[in-house]
Amino acid sequence: MNALESLHSFIPETIVLTGAFLVLALDLFLRHKKILAALSVLILAAAAFFSFSLPANPQVFFGFFHLDAMTVFFRLFSYGVVALTILISTCYRPIENKFEGEYYALFLFLALALVLAAASTNLLMIFLNIEFISILSYLLVGYEKKNERSKEASLKYLLFGSVASAMMLFGMSLVFGATGSLWLEAIPATLAKDSAFFTVALTGTLFLLAGLGFKVSMAPFHLWAPDVYEGAPTPVTTFLTVGPKALGFAVLLRVLVGAFGWFRFEWCHVVALLAIITMTLGNVTAIAQTKVKRLLAYSSIAQAGYILMGVAAGTLAGIESVLYYLVAYALTNIGVFTIAIAVANQSKNDEIESFRGLSRRAPGLAAAMVLFLLSLAGIPPLAGFVAKFSVFAAALQVQLYTLALAAAINSAVAAFYYFKIVRLMYLVPCDNEQAVEKPAVLSFVIVLLLAGTIALGLFPAPLMTLAHNALPL
Amino acid sequence: MSHLLSWLVFTPLVGALAVLFIPKSAAEFTKWVALAATLVTGLLSLFLLTQFDRSLATVQLTEKALWIPQINVHYFLGTDGISMPMVMLTALISILACLASFNIDLRQKEYYCLFLLLETGMMGTFLALDLFLFYVFWEVVLVPMYFLIGIWGGPRKEYAAIKFFLYTLAGSLLMLLGILALYFHTTPHTFNVLELAQAHFTVKFQKFIFMAFFLGFAIKVPVWPFHTWLPDAHVEAPTPISVILAGVLLKMGTYGFFRFAYPIAEDAARWFSPYMAILAVIGIVYGGFVALAQTDFKKMVAYSSVSHMGFVLLGLAALNQNGFNGAMTQMFNHGTITGGLFLLVGVLYDRAHTRDMTAFGGLGARVPLYAGFLVFFSMASLGLPSLSGFVSEFLVLLGGYQFNGTLTAVSCIGIILAAAYLLYMIRRVLLGPLNPKWAALEEINTREIVTLVPLMVLIVLFGLCPRLLLAYMTPTLNGLLHAMGGLAL
Repeated sequence: MNALESLHSFIPETIVLTGAFLVLALDLFLRHKKILAALSVLILAAAAFFSFSLPANPQVFFGFFHLDAMTVFFRLFSYGVVALTILISTCYRPIENKFEGEYYALFLFLALALVLAAASTNLLMIFLNIEFISILSYLLVGYEKKNERSKEASLKYLLFGSVASAMMLFGMSLVFGATGSLWLEAIPATLAKDSAFFTVALTGTLFLLAGLGFKVSMAPFHLWAPDVYEGAPTPVTTFLTVGPKALGFAVLLRVLVGAFGWFRFEWCHVVALLAIITMTLGNVTAIAQTKVKRLLAYSSIAQAGYILMGVAAGTLAGIESVLYYLVAYALTNIGVFTIAIAVANQSKNDEIESFRGLSRRAPGLAAAMVLFLLSLAGIPPLAGFVAKFSVFAAALQVQLYTLALAAAINSAVAAFYYFKIVRLMYLVPCDNEQAVEKPAVLSFVIVLLLAGTIALGLFPAPLMTLAHNALPL
Repeated sequence: MSHLLSWLVFTPLVGALAVLFIPKSAAEFTKWVALAATLVTGLLSLFLLTQFDRSLATVQLTEKALWIPQINVHYFLGTDGISMPMVMLTALISILACLASFNIDLRQKEYYCLFLLLETGMMGTFLALDLFLFYVFWEVVLVPMYFLIGIWGGPRKEYAAIKFFLYTLAGSLLMLLGILALYFHTTPHTFNVLELAQAHFTVKFQKFIFMAFFLGFAIKVPVWPFHTWLPDAHVEAPTPISVILAGVLLKMGTYGFFRFAYPIAEDAARWFSPYMAILAVIGIVYGGFVALAQTDFKKMVAYSSVSHMGFVLLGLAALNQNGFNGAMTQMFNHGTITGGLFLLVGVLYDRAHTRDMTAFGGLGARVPLYAGFLVFFSMASLGLPSLSGFVSEFLVLLGGYQFNGTLTAVSCIGIILAAAYLLYMIRRVLLGPLNPKWAALEEINTREIVTLVPLMVLIVLFGLCPRLLLAYMTPTLNGLLHAMGGLAL
C-alpha cells in the first residue's frame, strides 16, 4: 500500500500526531496547563476509539509497517499507558508550570513512537523508531531541570543508550550482510541453517538481542536502569518501567520469535540464561534498597526477567504469556508508582520509611498498595499470578526446567522485599498521624488499576483470548 | 440446597465484605457480624453432614463450571470422606476461634475481615478438586495469616510472620511447578484431580511430581526438618490464630497428601513411604524431646504438634487401612485436642501475661475449673484411652506395625515423651505450692468455657465411639487404598 492509502489505516496515529502539535501550539497561549493534560488524554482516547479496525492488507507504507492484530494490541496498550502516565503526572509536584505543556506534548509523541515501533517490520525502521522512543525518553528523564539527579540520570541514559543503539545497528548490519535483506519476513527464506553466513547471522542476532536487552533492562545491560529510574521524575519512571520495556519486548518478539524463530534452539538457552541472571540480579539487589524508587527499579528489572521466560520459550504460548504479562505488569506497576507519588507528595522524599504506618494514615491507599504488591509477587487471585503462571507454563512446556525452577525460587525472594513495604504499612506503628492527601485524579487512576488487577486475576479468559488473537501468524 | 459447597466457601467472604462496610463508629459490632458469619458457615456444614452419603467412596455434591477455557481450568468443588471431616473441623474451629477473639480490641475491623478471608481460603482448599483452584485457595490462606500474626502477634511477630510466609510460599511455588508439569503430561491437558488420578504416569515422572508436592505439603505439616517456622509462628500468633494454625492449617499439608500426592503418584508414594516413615518418626521423637525441654507453655504445645503430626505422617507412610484410618482420625483429633490446649494457654496468658511455666505453680487450688480443663485436654493429648487421641494414635501404631515394626517401636517413644512433657507441665503449672504472685488469678470465664466444651464433647464422643467418625472416612480411604493397589478390607 502506498503512503496515501495507508493513511486510512493510520487514523489513530494521525490523531495523536496532530494532537501533539496542537498541544505544543496551545501551550503558548494557555496559562492553565492542566487543560492540556486533559486534552492529551482526550486525544489518546479518541485515537484508541479508532484503533480497532484492521486493514485488509496489513502491509502499510510500502510494507515498512505491519498493521496486524499484534500492532493493534500494542497500540491500545501504548495509548492506555501514556494516558495513565499523563493523568498521574498532573499530581506530580516538581514539574514546573512553565514546561508542563511541552511535557504532555512529548508524551503524545512518545505514544506515536511506541505504536510505530510495534508495527515496524523492517530492521532499519525498527532502529529509527527505537531511537525515536529513546531520544524522547532522554528528554523526559531530564525534565526536572533544576534537579541534579534528574540531569545526571538523563546523561547516563543517553550514554548507555547510544552504546546500545550502536550495538543494535552493528547487529543489524551483520544480519543484512548474511541475508541480504532488512525485511524481517525475508530473513528465514534467505538464510539456511547450513549456509556459510549462518554464524554471522547468529552473531548479528545476539548483538540485536543485546541492543534490545538494554531497552527491556535485561542483565547484563541493565546497569543504567536503577540510576535512571531513581533520578527521573516519578511519572516518567513509571512510564519507563512499562512503556519502552513493553515495546522492547514487542520488537524482541517480532525479531527473535518472528524472524529467527526457526533456529530457536540456537538462542533460546542464551535468552533463558539471561532471564535467570536478570531476575536473580534484580531480586537480590532489591532486597538491600532503602528508597522506594530504587526498590521498584530493581523489582522491574526482575519482572523483565520473568517476561523473558516467555521469550525464551519462543512458542506461540510463550508470546501469549508475554503479552498477558505485559498488561498485568503495566496495571500493577503503574499502580504501585501512583501510590508512591501520593506518599512522596506528603513526605517529600523517596525513602521506604515514608510508608510507615500508612494503614492508619490512608487505609485505602495502603490496602491498594498491598494488592498491587501481592500481584507483583504473583499471589493469586490477582493479575500478576495468572501472568506468572502463564510464563511458568510456557517455559515448562518446552522443557526449560532450570529456568522455571530458578524463577520459582526468585519469586519467593521477591516476596521478601515486597513485604518490606507491606510490613512498614501495617505492622509498624506510625509516628506521624498526618493523613495523606489524595487528589481525585490519583484516586481515580488507582481505582481503575485496582479493578483491572483484580478482574484480570479472577477472569483472565478475555485477555487471554485477546492475547491469543494478537499472535502474529 | 444447590451449590452447598460454594455457600460453605463464600459465606465467610460475604461476612468479610460486610465487616468491611461497618462504619468506624460501630466497631464493637464487627465481632458479632464475624461470629454470625462463622455460625452460618457452621450451620451450613451441619447441613452438609445430612446431605453427605457416607457409603460412597467417590466425590459427591460436586459443582463444576468452566473458569478459564484456554487452559482448561474449572471451578470444581466436591467433597468425600477425606475432605468432609476437614470441612467440619474448619467450621467448628473457626466458630470457636472467633469466640476466643472477642477480647482482641486492636484494629477489630481489619482483624475480623482477615479472619473471615482466612476461613474462605481454608474451606476452598479442602473442597477444590481442580489443582489451579486449589492453588489459588492455598495461597489465599497465606496472606491473611501473615497479617494476623504480624499485626496482632507477640513481641517477635514481624519475624515470625515473614518467616511463615516465605517458608510456605517457597514450598508452594515448587508445588506449582509440579502442578504445571502434571498439566502438560496429560492429554488433553487438565487440572482435574479425578482425571489426573486415572492418568497413571511413568514412575520416573511420578517421583518428580511427588517430590514437588512433598516439598509444598511437608513445609505446611510441618515434617521434620521443615518445621522451624512452626514454633515461631505459634508462639507469636495471638491465641485464636494459634488455634486455627494448629487446628486447621497444619492439616492442609497432610490433606494434600491424601487428596493429590497419593492418588496421582501412587507408585512414587510407595517408593517414598520408607523415607516418609523415617521422617515421621524423627519428627515424633524429636518434637517430643524438644517439647520436654521447653519452659514456654505455648512453645511446648507447638512442639507437641510437630510430634503429633508425625503420627499422621506415619499413618500415611504405612499405606494400609489402619494407617490411613489412623492418620485421618488423628488429623481430626489433633485439631480438637491441640486447639483446646492452645485456647487454654491463651486463657492463662490473658490473665498472667506470661507463658513461662516455671513462674506458675499451685494454680490448681486457685483456679480449679481451669485446672480441670487443662488436665482433661492434657490427658487427651497424651493418649489416655477413652479419649479420642488414643484411638487415632493406636490405629496409626497398628498400621505402622504392619508396615515396619522397628520404626513403629521407636515412634512409641513419642507417646511416652508426650506423657512426660504434659504431666511435667501439669506439675509445674497446677501442682505444688501456690506462687503468691497469682493469688488473685481470675477463674476461667463463661465465654472461654463455651469455646472449650464443644471440643471436649467431640473428644469424649470419638474416644468412646470412634466408629462415628470412621464411618464417614473409611469408604473413601478404602477406595483410595484400592486405587493405589493396596489391600482394602
